[in-house]
Amino acid sequence: MFIYILKRVLYAIPIALSVTVVSFMLVYLAPGDPLNAIAPADAPADVIASLKSAYGLDRPVPVQYGMWLLRAVQGDLGTSIASGRSVTGEVMSAVSNTLMLAGFAAFAGVLAGCVLGALAGYHRDSWIDRLATALSVIGVSIPHYWLGLVLTIIFSIWLGWFPAMGAGPGGSGEWLWDIEHLKYLVLPTLTLSVIPMGIITRTVRALVADMLEQEFVVALRARGLSGRAVFRHIAKNTAPTVLAVAGLQVGYLMGGSILVETVFAWPGTGFLLNTAIFQRDMPLLQGTILVLCMFFVVLNLIVDIVQPLIDPRMGRN
Amino acid sequence: MNMVSLQDLTVAFCGNRTASALNQVSLELGEGEVLGLLGESGSGKSVTLRTLLRLYPERNTRISGHIRVDGRDVLALKGRDLELYRGGTVSMVFQEPGLAFDPVYTIGQQITEAIRVHEAIDEQAARRQALHMLDRVQIPQAERRYDAYPNELSGGMRQRAMIALALACKPKLLLADEPTTALDASVQIQILLLLRELQQETGMSVIFVTHDIGAAVEVADRIAVMYAGRIVEQGPVAQIVHQPRHPYTAGLLASSVGMENRGKPLLAVPGSPPDLACLPPGCSFAPRCASADEQCHRERPPVLNRGNESLACFHPVLPFPEAA
Ligand SMILES: Nc1ncnc2c1ncn2[C@@H]1O[C@H](COP(=O)(O)OP(=O)(O)OP(=O)(O)O)[C@@H](O)[C@H]1O
Ligand SMILES: [Mg+2]
Repeated sequence: MFIYILKRVLYAIPIALSVTVVSFMLVYLAPGDPLNAIAPADAPADVIASLKSAYGLDRPVPVQYGMWLLRAVQGDLGTSIASGRSVTGEVMSAVSNTLMLAGFAAFAGVLAGCVLGALAGYHRDSWIDRLATALSVIGVSIPHYWLGLVLTIIFSIWLGWFPAMGAGPGGSGEWLWDIEHLKYLVLPTLTLSVIPMGIITRTVRALVADMLEQEFVVALRARGLSGRAVFRHIAKNTAPTVLAVAGLQVGYLMGGSILVETVFAWPGTGFLLNTAIFQRDMPLLQGTILVLCMFFVVLNLIVDIVQPLIDPRMGRN
Repeated sequence: MNMVSLQDLTVAFCGNRTASALNQVSLELGEGEVLGLLGESGSGKSVTLRTLLRLYPERNTRISGHIRVDGRDVLALKGRDLELYRGGTVSMVFQEPGLAFDPVYTIGQQITEAIRVHEAIDEQAARRQALHMLDRVQIPQAERRYDAYPNELSGGMRQRAMIALALACKPKLLLADEPTTALDASVQIQILLLLRELQQETGMSVIFVTHDIGAAVEVADRIAVMYAGRIVEQGPVAQIVHQPRHPYTAGLLASSVGMENRGKPLLAVPGSPPDLACLPPGCSFAPRCASADEQCHRERPPVLNRGNESLACFHPVLPFPEAA
């Protein structure tokens, strides 16, 4: 088991390194000159040159990458060109907001998906199966931002139950765990949970339906186990796959929330990314993408490590 | 009173085509008796066993007739009674031990769980009982095997564990659905001997499904031959093997008798079984039968009974002695 974990970690390292290269290269792949964002268009050549050396843009690219990586490893992602604040700080506060949103959405989506999927798998071709299938198709295919807007219109404009924008009363300040703040979480969570809900419903339905056809389920009933006891067996058999799919969904939610965060002005990574792109704030963009990708890598690593722990078939071989 | 009594048991699976898998099967099995159920693939052997345990979902299965096991009306059992009946009164050994265990629980956990469904005892006592059962089916190092997952055992060991599980709650009737088909020839014999030995020790009744006449001869007291969801002939082992009456039985035996052929599938009779969704009006074997005449195609032969022998044929190879 220790060897297995070590192997997984070693596999993750080259992936993480290539992620840093790609995030760094973004500056050069993006059209336009990052300096355009700060220097006036008609700035004299010597001003441009001094700015270039201030940001290190005059050195050879590999050297720039090396310096950037060295500082990134120490937690320093540079300063935002637009705001002048530390990128690390901005990214971290955005990450915590996004994590909170993605966490709630994933939890709600996975829970709803498991319940719906299991019901549908158990009662195949019944009305509940058709309802679950319809919900999951809608969940996967409906545009996020559109659903966000519709929910805003219904629950915030017409009914006035939940606020439409931001992450707390009186502009975005410190997050607090109280009712007032949680209200801000409801609509974005709901909007964002629809995709994992759809995907998990589909996965669980297929798994459960397939499981019910298995000989061993017939054998379990032949032993006199009650419906509930048989369900425990089915749950334990399907858990590893559901966990893997759910883990990936959390990852997608981390990055996939750009539009939803924009619609609800939720101060997370998506919102930050959006700002960084529109303001051509390259250090901020690099930093945000780097951190998001690292989340993916780490999340996959965790799923890889946890899966065999709950699936004895994988653990022993 | 008889252990099992099936009367005109008819089972149909509804779908876009309704397949009548069993047609008016009547069968009696005494206490401590071992019945071999013989027939080609698709003749309804497994359906008979699974219906005895009520394992088919009611939604798309139509069952009529009567099933009495140990004096109880099986088709009327519900809820907790049905759960106690399954595995408690009647239990089953499956054809593929590799598929019939839950892969993510250990062998021991599964046996212990089954014991605790039927007996109000604690974990420790159930564990001791499970270990005792593993010993009884001659699994070496039972302690270690107890904590093994099904995929960590060989096929033969898994089938032994399956038998241990089936017998753990002391059933009065054991249903064995081709318990040796998935195993190597040498292991097959060991498992057959083990079953025979356990049957004699416990005195339980057994219905033993097989393709293999050699295996049936080895363990059974009586043999019932099935064709297209019907029992076409029944009788003591010696009678069936040496004086088969039904042309189908005779055909089955023609190539399979003798030890050199044991374990081989039954391929003696040319042709293939009829489509269960549209059975012919007469004898369902008539299209493949050399001695079939016009009556066979038109009318269904009635089942003649005498003692524990029966026959459904207009033109038997050997005459069926009429009841005095
Ligand atoms: N759940 C089901 N739904 C529909 N048809 C079924 C079902 N189970 C069995 N059948 C049909 O019933 C017939 C009898 O099947 P059964 O499994 O009893 O055959 P068998 O005698 O056990 O054959 P084998 O030797 O291959 O195990 C087959 O034609 C099969 O297609
Ligand atoms: Mg079968």
